[in-house]
Amino acid sequence: MIDARAICLTAGTFRLTSVSLHVAPGEYFVLMGRTGSGKSLLVRCLCGLIDPTAGSVAIDGVDVTGLEPRERRVGYMPQDCGLFPHLDVRRNVTFSLRARGMGRRAATAAAAPVVEMLDIGRLLDRRVTSLSGGERQKVALARALAGRPKVLLLDEPVSALDEPTRRDVCAELLRVQRELRLATIHVCHSLAEARSVADRVGVMEAGTIHQTGTIADLTAEAATEAVERLVHPVRVNTPPAPPGDAR
Amino acid sequence: MTSGEKTPPPPQPAPAEPPGGRAAPPRSLGRTISRYALAAVTLGFLALFVGAIVAILVADLASRFFRVDVLAGLFGSPHVLAAMKLSGMTSGITLVLVAVFCVPIGYALSRYRFPGHAVVNTIIDLPIVMPPLAIGVSLLVLFASPPGRWIGDRMNSIGWDRNAAAGIVLCQFLLSVPFAIRASKSAFDAVDRRLEELALTLGCTRTRAFRTVALPMARGGILAGCVMAWARAVGLYGPLMVFVGCVRGKSEVLPNTIYLEVSTGGIEVALAATMVMIALAGAALVAIHGLASGRRWWGL
Repeated sequence: MIDARAICLTAGTFRLTSVSLHVAPGEYFVLMGRTGSGKSLLVRCLCGLIDPTAGSVAIDGVDVTGLEPRERRVGYMPQDCGLFPHLDVRRNVTFSLRARGMGRRAATAAAAPVVEMLDIGRLLDRRVTSLSGGERQKVALARALAGRPKVLLLDEPVSALDEPTRRDVCAELLRVQRELRLATIHVCHSLAEARSVADRVGVMEAGTIHQTGTIADLTAEAATEAVERLVHPVRVNTPPAPPGDAR
Repeated sequence: MTSGEKTPPPPQPAPAEPPGGRAAPPRSLGRTISRYALAAVTLGFLALFVGAIVAILVADLASRFFRVDVLAGLFGSPHVLAAMKLSGMTSGITLVLVAVFCVPIGYALSRYRFPGHAVVNTIIDLPIVMPPLAIGVSLLVLFASPPGRWIGDRMNSIGWDRNAAAGIVLCQFLLSVPFAIRASKSAFDAVDRRLEELALTLGCTRTRAFRTVALPMARGGILAGCVMAWARAVGLYGPLMVFVGCVRGKSEVLPNTIYLEVSTGGIEVALAATMVMIALAGAALVAIHGLASGRRWWGL
């Protein structure tokens, strides 16, 4: 599970202000918000790539605040997949295992269950530059999972894909998450995308979390205008009817 | 139907569209002329420059001073062989030093912002824009000063004669390393630093992330920079004449051989040595292009 308490941090002129977040074991949590609301910054903080100025982060019950990223055992998948272009698919997938001292054969064997689960065995000898968008997502996910992380952090994992591929990849993400029962945070902009995977969602705006709950909760009662804008974009963006207009 | 009746004209079929969609509008004459004029001017300049270089090479080969037997004889001449050996040894040591220095400096300039970053960045480029002879003079002045004399004495005490190989390496290194640093920085700039961060989340230490992600991805640019620096070191002449001098058998490298032969009327030998240097430069260029394009047939 992931437990972030009162996280504050500054990156340039942007600030995260007292962000608290709890994701239960096996829960699929979607963090929504407009571009520039601080979602990716929060995920990078949970990964250990940016240190908070205040607050704490616990993963699987252990306080990891101040620990190096490699000591946190998080599976992180960035927006553009971040595949290493100088390595083939096999070396990308086994990267985390090799980094922890495994030999090449042992790493390939250890990654085999993940490779099988995501059905990417036929891609292992290909260069990553030759993969399609959907294949890249699967390989990036396999790489994030191969090191047996305790939590999964997905930063806009499907934003660069077309709609049908996006639906497929979301379904695959949910299937894998359910199978491994990993606490997962998935960052996105779209309510439809959140609806397809989320157990719960959180809405972030201007560096703070405005509301968390199920999509039904948020739709029924939006706590702030930022939440309303995300869950009912049409209602918010439609100009009010002029007085006397009876329609 | 009577003959006086007008028959309505049959409906005209719509003009058929080409399979790819609507046909492109005809290109205007002005656009066509401008397109060809631009191509003619740029290709003209290209042909002029390449023609000049080829003319120089052809003139060398067609010259009455160029004799194959003299070229072959170079490899039997003790002092030319000694010059080749000294050139190879000093430029080889310089290449190793350049490789050792350019990677960390290029990485630091690319990744870290520290006080004085812009100043350091500019100072590194100085040997590129300064006249090489001026650097030779500056080195001479530096080694004539008390701290320089102290350094020179220490070098002499361990057998590094600044008027021989050690001085040559110092000159070559100072004048060639900026090229490698610049290439190395550009190569690291081109590597997305988020990939290094990602490697950290995948279990790497910072050193391992550098070694397994940044360095291999920047390898082509770094190697190309090193080859460029080596080519510059091999061809260095002016600063060596000022700082080290030119003594046959002691501080004579190939460019010095050319100068000495020309000044003593041995134009055939000078031309033959020139051909050797042109061959070396050509090999360096092929290596640079191969490395910069990242081809795998180099096996590096």
